[in-house]
Amino acid sequence: MSARDLDRPAAPTALDRREFLKAGALAGGGLVIGISLAGCGKPADLAAKSTVGGQPVAWLKIAGDNSITILVDKSEMGQGVYTALPMLIAEELDVPMKAVKVIAAPAGQPYINVFLGTQITGGSTSVREAWGKLRTAGAQARAMLVGAAADEWKVDAATLKVADGVISGPNGQQRTFGELAEAAAKRPLPKDAKPKDPSTFTLVGKLQPRVDTPAKLDGTAEYGIDVKLPGMKYAALAQSPVLGGSVKSVDSAAAEKMPGVVKVVTTKSGVAVVADHYWQAHTARDALKIVWDAGPNAHLDSTAIKAGLKSAKGAALSARKDGDAAAALKAAKKRVEAAYELPLLAHATMEPMNCTADVRADGCDLYVPTQIQQIAQATAAGAAGLKPEQVNVHTTLLGGGFGRRLEVDFIPAAVEASKAVGVPVKLIWTREDDMTHDAYRPPAYDTGSAGFDAAGAVSAVHLKLTSPSVTARMFPPVVDGGKVDPFAVEAAANFLYDVPNVAVDYLRHEVGINVGYWRSVSHALNCFVVESFMDEVAHAAGKDPYEFRHALLAKQPRAQRVLEEAATRAGWGKAAAGHHLGIAVMEGYGTYLAQVADVSVEQGKLKIHKITCVVDCGQKVNPGIVDQQVSGGIVFGLSAALFGEITLEGGKVKQSNFDNYRVVRMNQMPELDVHLIDSSEAPGGIGEPAVALVAPAVANAMFAASGKRIRALPFAAAGIV
Amino acid sequence: MITLKVNGKSLDTDASPDTPLLWVLRDHLGLTGTKFGCGKSLCGACTVHVDGSATRSCVTLVSNVVGKDIRTIEGLSSDRSHPVQKAWLELDVPQCGYCQSGQIMAASALLAQNATPTDADIDTAMAGNICRCGTYPRIRAAIHRAAELMKTGGAK
Repeated sequence: MSARDLDRPAAPTALDRREFLKAGALAGGGLVIGISLAGCGKPADLAAKSTVGGQPVAWLKIAGDNSITILVDKSEMGQGVYTALPMLIAEELDVPMKAVKVIAAPAGQPYINVFLGTQITGGSTSVREAWGKLRTAGAQARAMLVGAAADEWKVDAATLKVADGVISGPNGQQRTFGELAEAAAKRPLPKDAKPKDPSTFTLVGKLQPRVDTPAKLDGTAEYGIDVKLPGMKYAALAQSPVLGGSVKSVDSAAAEKMPGVVKVVTTKSGVAVVADHYWQAHTARDALKIVWDAGPNAHLDSTAIKAGLKSAKGAALSARKDGDAAAALKAAKKRVEAAYELPLLAHATMEPMNCTADVRADGCDLYVPTQIQQIAQATAAGAAGLKPEQVNVHTTLLGGGFGRRLEVDFIPAAVEASKAVGVPVKLIWTREDDMTHDAYRPPAYDTGSAGFDAAGAVSAVHLKLTSPSVTARMFPPVVDGGKVDPFAVEAAANFLYDVPNVAVDYLRHEVGINVGYWRSVSHALNCFVVESFMDEVAHAAGKDPYEFRHALLAKQPRAQRVLEEAATRAGWGKAAAGHHLGIAVMEGYGTYLAQVADVSVEQGKLKIHKITCVVDCGQKVNPGIVDQQVSGGIVFGLSAALFGEITLEGGKVKQSNFDNYRVVRMNQMPELDVHLIDSSEAPGGIGEPAVALVAPAVANAMFAASGKRIRALPFAAAGIV
Repeated sequence: MITLKVNGKSLDTDASPDTPLLWVLRDHLGLTGTKFGCGKSLCGACTVHVDGSATRSCVTLVSNVVGKDIRTIEGLSSDRSHPVQKAWLELDVPQCGYCQSGQIMAASALLAQNATPTDADIDTAMAGNICRCGTYPRIRAAIHRAAELMKTGGAK
């Protein structure tokens, strides 16, 4: 074990359920900091009386034995919330991260993401949403502990010092947090406890090792697929090969005779084979004889989806209107027009969908890698015939999320199977199940029109975006009454360039299958459109794409700065012989980024040598994790840009595994140069935005190298990779 | 009954001989550190060592590894002291971490055969291991770092 290892806090384990439940009993002797329920104005203070489903509600528990436990109400899917969120509380308490134990919060209203209205890990909101509330919780806990010590010693609280979980008085008195916890818990919650001024941070903003790393190096990290319960059986699920189809009839006689098979259960999602071991369930699944009702998508194919988007009629909704773009375009001396197409994409998390359910007459325990606990809870309750509060959701580690685990389609069959056999059941999708039954990233057909006035300045930009809406299915009230899906117009509605007449219109056009939120959501679609189009406009103006952008971003200092830094670092204008550069810039989730792709094209084939990315995400909580997210986001975006495409034929998805749904591998990696700007602005989201800039930066570089403008993704479809 | 030699121990399983080693390890022997990713030897998440070679356990029938020396992530070291684990820790490689058991087993097999791999060697050895979080740059750096650690006496 290295010295560095010793500095680590205990690994977070979703495994610690039993200990977590015990913590409720221990609450009488410890300090628990709960939450301010929105609108109620009275913080839920002390342990026992604030519970959800019998579990204590809190972000922070300090026990008599000096243990400090922080509950994280966001799912750890690689983006580092089990490290970054506890850092916010540890900072206020002045305790090192190694003193903190991290566990997953249960499902419950107190844990809702106030940005998004339900308990949800998404939208790059985790740090932004926690920034105020967790620092305040930490500051309140600290004030209560300090207050308890000040009372005991009859001294002014301002004379006390706090370090490493110990409070020291002016005359050498010392008490640990644990010793003070009980007395502190009896104090009223301080209303005036203010979080630290960022200039005094000792932890936040500094690189801290991730608390989840050690368990991810020796096989002990527990993902959903690893859950094991006493008496548990395994299930494999046969789903309609045509999306949206259903079971017409099942002949399970042969399957039921196969070794280990316990039962064949027809569920609303398909036919589940339950067996003693997973491979037995998987093998017996192939012996099922199922007649499927293909449903409405029997003749759906990708060509028709593409054509439908292109020819979609109807009134588009306005997402942005500055001035009168139509009139300015009409009056323009010169116009540029282009159309862009984006394909359906799968999420392809490394951990295939899975769920373990233990349904009993009086309740259900659900062990699930999910990004959306309350909806998972309600879904399981519906499938089990229980009330939501009878379902305990245990969030495991997620082997990737990317938005896929905002869906709950893999939950009901596990619940139905467990209910049918009366023991816990772990249902595991295969990679093929996962690839062919995703909620895919929306496809789009988007157009851009720009006009130049007599002086050669850009007078108008009109973007028209046509795509299906994820939000209309997931959160219908958001779009009720003809409102624009805000998650369909990101990176377009906030068009950054200083153009007097801007119109962004959105036409919702459904394509017959479920579409889902996919890492960076519509930023990835619209950034490709906006940043490719502005590159085309720059070339039409006869201007350098960097200089052109820079001039139009004069009123956007943060965007201008990342653009400048990226250009400088990548050597804009000084590309190596045979190399060509493409640039793109954006704002998303409150974060500003610019990327430069350095490419060459030989015999029509694209080679990406390097991607430079400069990021201003405001105040960083853990720069190491920010770097991981930016660098990983680039790789995710690169996979989509180069290879990503889901196609359908007869309502069936043609891609099934990583051979025909390719992703970037080690040997295809360009060099990455990620640079984080120091900033004291409010924290921006970091899990997603870097994904969105890759495709336009590379497409712009491709144009610089070859004069070939790629307007449809992926690049592989253009035969250049 | 099949007897396997896993992580130096002799373990019995009643799994059918045509069961992939992956599922025997995970379900029958409780060694869930080895992950299921694709089932077709396309992603590398299930990589283990069989007689020292990186092997995709999802397409390896258990009957074919009887009598062979099988090593999983749980058996790479007892205390995360293998140079690859040390390097991974030092560079904070994992994000979601799901593919990392396979990455670590592939990297440790590479280093056992090639103590000083070049970037090209790493490309060849690691191209079969997908990481959707995109940890490739840190994996590459950590392999070089592990090679250094092995040179300075960290090897086991």
